[in-house]
Order: sequence, then structure tokens, then C-alpha cells
Amino acid sequence: MSNLLIGAVFALAAYGMALVWGVMNVVNICQGEFVMLGGYTAYFLFKAGVHPLVGIPVAAVLLFVFGWLLYRAVIFRVVDKDLFISILATFGLSILLQQLANQLFGADVRTADAGFRTLFFFDNMVTVSVVKIVAFGAALLVGAILMLFLKKSRLGQAIRATAQNARAARIMGIDTGRVYATTYALNAAICGAAGALVAMTWLIHPYLGLPYTVRSFMIVILAGLGNVAAVLAAGLGLGAAENFAGFILGAEYQSAFVFALLVAILLWRRFWLDRTRGYLK
Amino acid sequence: MPPTASRLLLIGLVVLALAAPWLAPAYRTQISFLWVMIIFALTWDILGGQMGYNSFGNVVFFGVGMYGCAVIQRDTGLDYYPALCLGMTAGAALAVTLAAVLGSGLLGLRGHYFAIATLGLGFAAGEFASGWDFIGAGSGMVTPLYPGEVGDRESFFYFLLLALTVVTFFVLRRLYSGRFGLAINAIRDDEDKAEAMGIRTTLYKTTAWCVSAFFLGVTGAAVGNLIGFIDPRDVAFAGPTFGVWMVLMAILGGKGTLWGPVLGATVFHITQELFWTYLLGWQRVALGLVILAIVLFFPLGILGWARERWPERFGHAVEERPATGEGAS
Amino acid sequence: MKPILEVERVRKTFGGVVANNDITLEVPEGKIVGLIGPNGSGKTTLFNSIVGYHVIDGGSVRFDGREISELRVPRIARRGLLRTFQQTRIYGKMTCLENMLISVPQRDQTWLSILRKPPAADESKAEDLLEFVGLYAKRRLLAGELSFGQQKLLEFGMALMNEPRMLLLDEPTAGINPTLINGLMHRLRRVNEELAITLFVIEHNMSVIMSLAEYIYCLAHGELLAQGRPDEIQADQRVIDAYLGAH
Repeated sequence: MSNLLIGAVFALAAYGMALVWGVMNVVNICQGEFVMLGGYTAYFLFKAGVHPLVGIPVAAVLLFVFGWLLYRAVIFRVVDKDLFISILATFGLSILLQQLANQLFGADVRTADAGFRTLFFFDNMVTVSVVKIVAFGAALLVGAILMLFLKKSRLGQAIRATAQNARAARIMGIDTGRVYATTYALNAAICGAAGALVAMTWLIHPYLGLPYTVRSFMIVILAGLGNVAAVLAAGLGLGAAENFAGFILGAEYQSAFVFALLVAILLWRRFWLDRTRGYLK
Repeated sequence: MPPTASRLLLIGLVVLALAAPWLAPAYRTQISFLWVMIIFALTWDILGGQMGYNSFGNVVFFGVGMYGCAVIQRDTGLDYYPALCLGMTAGAALAVTLAAVLGSGLLGLRGHYFAIATLGLGFAAGEFASGWDFIGAGSGMVTPLYPGEVGDRESFFYFLLLALTVVTFFVLRRLYSGRFGLAINAIRDDEDKAEAMGIRTTLYKTTAWCVSAFFLGVTGAAVGNLIGFIDPRDVAFAGPTFGVWMVLMAILGGKGTLWGPVLGATVFHITQELFWTYLLGWQRVALGLVILAIVLFFPLGILGWARERWPERFGHAVEERPATGEGAS
Repeated sequence: MKPILEVERVRKTFGGVVANNDITLEVPEGKIVGLIGPNGSGKTTLFNSIVGYHVIDGGSVRFDGREISELRVPRIARRGLLRTFQQTRIYGKMTCLENMLISVPQRDQTWLSILRKPPAADESKAEDLLEFVGLYAKRRLLAGELSFGQQKLLEFGMALMNEPRMLLLDEPTAGINPTLINGLMHRLRRVNEELAITLFVIEHNMSVIMSLAEYIYCLAHGELLAQGRPDEIQADQRVIDAYLGAH
């Protein structure tokens, strides 16, 4: 049960990454730092007496603004550059954000415990905490809102048009700079919401970002850009596989397993494509 | 640069480096790490600059060399120097073997997929080492005590690392001036074309990574003994620090050149040491800013910028054949 | 004369689109043979099929009597079957001389020889060939800074440096200044006669291919439409229709 929720939060972050990657051709390595910032937003709101569930939309809005500013300050410089440049630049951002958080908020582990109950089934054989179910529902809701936005709204259509062919979109009068800024901000907002969920169900600390970035990346590689159902399935599958590996190999190898799995997936794709003399591009 | 001036500069630098422990004894360890940084940048540039394969995982070879050496020193029961020699050889051999095995698979990945896969590799190695009891798991390993006076250890490793740096530099200079250099440059510029011309790209790519791994492995073995303590995530497989610094230093100096990484490593290392001294606590924040600044405003690096500015100085000029040749058109 | 290249019933599809359908042709050793056809008729796909760039769906390709359709690009190139690209491909950040030096034949290179310096003989050969294509003065310039036509000449020079037995040229005159085309044709003939390199040429410029080639194949819609000597092709109503229909 807990795996399912982990998977849903990964899937949210991964969906944001796929969005930015597909539309802007930028691999956003500071994805996990947005999750972390969303988590701190929810945590501080909780300290001020706001219910964590209310913290989710607030975190999303704040991160949206943050993402927009970040685009206007930094990211616009790397959009038309080599992908490697964008990887390095966002890696720099990731170090910057995590170290700033460490300096400003301290390295302590925190949580926004909303005080939900835990349910027991079958003579306590199965325990499910309500907060995880609520968070899972919220994750799905955020995903659904996002999909509706991309499908129905004019801005969503502009984003999808730009993803397919930026030059054509520009010729058709779409302000691609604005589309990029919105896409990047939207991604930050999604991660912010995911972070708020993390804050109310688990713990947050300045260094939690990297695993989310890596897992987002794995999910995107597995599911491809733009296929929502596949992203969700890959996210849930990864969450389950990871817990299973932690169970089999021991918790100390769980992270190693995740990173090794990333390499293995890439290798598998490479050898698969090699049969047809194709390349992973 | 004319050849004689270049040679004089080189000799001058080596003399300065040899004299440094007496000129500035207080900074001996810092300068030792400067040599390490130069090796980092030079070996990263083999793939990243000369071959166009951006690796974030080269630090794996550094860590493998370090652990390989430490295990030999711990388990063979030899005296200090024989054990160190054997350990460095074993560490290098292990690193090269790993590069050959990994390379045959990973080097088939192109562009950013290679970068991401190697990033994953670096983290996986660190996490794996933190879990493996044989090499001390999360609490790391301690290398044997140096058998000498206090301060001798620093001098010994200073000169060892300096020698390694000089050897790395000249070996790479030799390789770049031959077919090897031409071939990996060709792979960087257009790998499909290189294949269409019959070049054995896989052989070249794997060899390049093995060369890189060899020097990183030996350096790792030496650095483990210089520091005296091997932490899996912060020293051996320090992806977010060493692993990324390699890339930055090479880019800062100008990737794809021989002197660029040397220059970049020197500038970066000095900046870094200054941060450490004057920005205590905030040095890593400053590091993030430096990364951003280098990538956004200096993507060509110092030498790359100079080459753009004065192409003739780098020999790119129109040059007629002195004798009256028979033009075919 | 025995054929050096035999293509037999080669078939290649991309998804549902048939790019090459049952194409059979042969190129005799030492000759210049042309391949024409309207845009999208599958000429470049056929080149790619021959040099092993992609897996073919059926048929066989024999070079010098040996099957090569299972081999990959570098191995085929090392056997002496080389191609140039329609969108000229050179190593942009290397000098012209370096572009030439790395294009030496790779057949006998071993692990040790790759670590060696290029012998002086390579260098003088490279300079001679650069002179032959008219780029000697620019040999120290970065190849990426040359004009498109000059890059095309450089690519041609690199191909010669490789000492192939047969060259597949994909539109050698496209994008070249019309005043230089005669010089290029002259060079192609000299290469064919003096270096005994068999040429198989895709060309859109009809006057060029008609005077250059001894035999011509014409593709349309992925199939072999016609073949014959240049005068036969010129008079063939199907070829004329295919070209008129396509434009």
C-alpha cells in the first residue's frame, strides 16, 4: 500500500520532468529540489497552523512563481543549448538550492504530521494509514487536473504545439518564450505539490532531492515522453520494485539498487535498439 | 605558442612544482590536491573534451583504485612500500578492467544518455560501497600508517602525485598527437561519419576510457593513502563533488585542449580553497553559483575563448604551398 | 566484366512505407554507374541498405562476391566499399589535414598501431590529395569553417584517402557552384581511371550523370523503373513520365 503511494509521488515528479524535457529539451536535474522546497513550504504552513491538505495548493502556487522566476533568470539561457549544458546548469542549481535550504532551514529532519489515523484490517495483519490514502488521492487529483489543463486550455494546447515543433509554433504566432516559462513553472508547481505530499506523509530534509530526480529520470526513460498512463504505471512499478529490492537485498542496498537499475534500463534499451542498428537518441 | 617558449614554460612549471614544498611548506597538502585536480580534469577531458562523451561517472575509477589499493594493503601483510606498490598496480588494473567491461556496454549510449547513465553509475558505486561490509561499509576504511617522521608522508605523496600528473600530461600529449587523438576527435565531431569511414569506434572509445581509468585508479590509490581514511560517499565515490568538479574544471579551462584542463583545474582549485577559507559554511552555496556561472557564461572555457578570438595563434590559417604546385582544378 | 556489387531483390520498409521494393542491380568493376529517380524514390535508402546503415527486410547484397547485408557499416567500409553523404559530413572541429589523416584505410590497424603517430607518408599523401581537390591552401583551417562546396570536396578527398575499391557518391554536385561542376566531373573521371575506383553515383543533375555514367538505373516509388545506357534512359518514356509526374 505504501509502495503505491511512493510510486504516485514519483510519477508526479516524473510527469513534470517529461513535460519540461519534451517541450523545452531540457533535462531538469533540480527536479528533486523543487519537491524539497514544496515540502518545506507545506511544513512551514503547518507550523503556522495551516492544515497540510491546504498546504498542497499553496505549495504549488508558490513553486509556480519560483519556477517562473528561475526560468526568466537562468533556464532561458540553456533552452536552445546542448542538452549536456542544461544538465550541468540544472545540476548547479540543484547544489545551490539544496545548500541554501541547508543553511536557511538547517539539516534537521522534519514532518508535517496532520494527525490522521491508522486503519487496521484482518486482525492487524494489514495496516493502512489514512494519510497515505489521502495523499495518494491527492496525487491522482493533481495529475488529473494537469492532464485536463494540457488537453483543454488554450495555453495547454500552445504547450503541446511547441513540444511538437517549436519553430512552427513560433511562426504560427505562439510566444514560445512564454510557453517555456509556463511549462517550467508548471513543472515546479507539480513538484511543489508532490513535495507537500511528502511532507505530510514522510520526512523532509534539504538533501531529499536527488532520489526524486533519479527516479523521475528512470520513469521517463521507461515510459517515454508524453504518455501519462505509462508514466503512472512505471512510477507505481518502480515504487514496488524498490521496496521489494529493499526487502530482498537489505535496506542498505536499496539506493544502490535504484541507481544500478537506472544503468541497467539504459543498457537494456541500448542493446534492444542495437539489434536494428538504432541508437537511443 | 612557438615550441621553444612552450618548452621553457613547461620546464619552468616543473621546476616550480618541485620547489614548491620548500617555498610554501604550509600549503603542501593543498598543492598535492592541485595535482589530483589536474589529473581529474585531464582524464575527464579524454572522453568529455576530446571524444564528446560527457561522463559524470569517472569518479568510479578513482574510488575503485582507492579501495583496491587499501584492500591489498590491509590483506597482504606486506611491508608498507611493497604493499603500496602492489596496491596501486592492483587498483589501476581493477579500474581498467572495470572501464573495459562497462565501456563495452555504456559507450554504445549516445549523447546525454551516456551522461545520465554514468551519473547513475557514480551514485550506485557510492551506495554499494556504503553497504558492503568487506570494505568497511558506511564507516569506510583506514589506510596503513606511513612509516616515517611526521610530515614525511605529505612530502612522499606530494612528489608521487606530482610525478603522476607529469606522466599523465605527457602520455596524453603523446596520445593526442597520434592516430588515437585524431580518431577520438573524429568520433566527437561525427561518430556516424567515423563509422562510415571504417574506424573501429568501439575499440577507440573503450581504449580511451581505459586510459582515463588507469590514471584515475593510480591516483585514487595514492589519494586514499594521503588522506588516510576512505569514506565511501565523500572521498572515494564523491560524485557530487569530485565527479562534477572534473567536468567543471575541464570546461572552465577549455575542453578538448591539452592545457585547458590544467589551467581550469588550477583556477578552480585556488578559487575553491579561497571559498573554504573565507566563506565558511556558505562555500557550497558559492560552489553552486560558480557552476552556474561557468556553464552559462563560459561554455567555451578560457582556452576555447582564446581560440575563438585568435584562431591564427592556434595555427588555423590559410597557407599556400611554397613551391608552385600543379593545381588540379 | 564481373560485377563488384550485386544487389538482389533488396526490400526495405519503414513502418508501412515501402522504401525499396525488390530492387536488383549490379555494378561492374571499374565502371561509373548512375542512380537516378525523383525525390523520395528510395535512392538514398538503397545506398543505406548497401552500406549496412540499416537492416534490410529481404534480399541480398554482395560486394566482391561476398554477402555483406549482415555486416555493419564499419566492417563494410573496411572491405573497401565507402559512401559519401548527401548532407556532407566532415569532422568540423578538426583541421582539413587532420580530417584527411584520420581517413586512412583502417583495414590493417591494430590496437598497437592506433597508439602510434601517423607516418610521414600519410601526411604527404594527404597533402597531395588536398591539392587534387583544390583545398591545399586551407589545410590548416577548421573543416567546419569551409563553405558547403569546399566541405563536399574535402569529403571526397577523405574518401579517396581511404583507398576504397568502390565509392557510393550521394549527389556529389548538389550545392556546388555550377562553375566548379566541370572540374569535379573531371576529377571523378580521373579517380575512376587512374585510381581504378568503381563509382556508383546518385545524381539529380541530368547533364552531369548522362555524360559521366556508362550505365544508369532509375528508381521510382521504391521500385526499379528502368535501366540502360544514358541515351536509352534519356529516350525512355517511363523515366520522363516519372520525373514530370513528380514535379
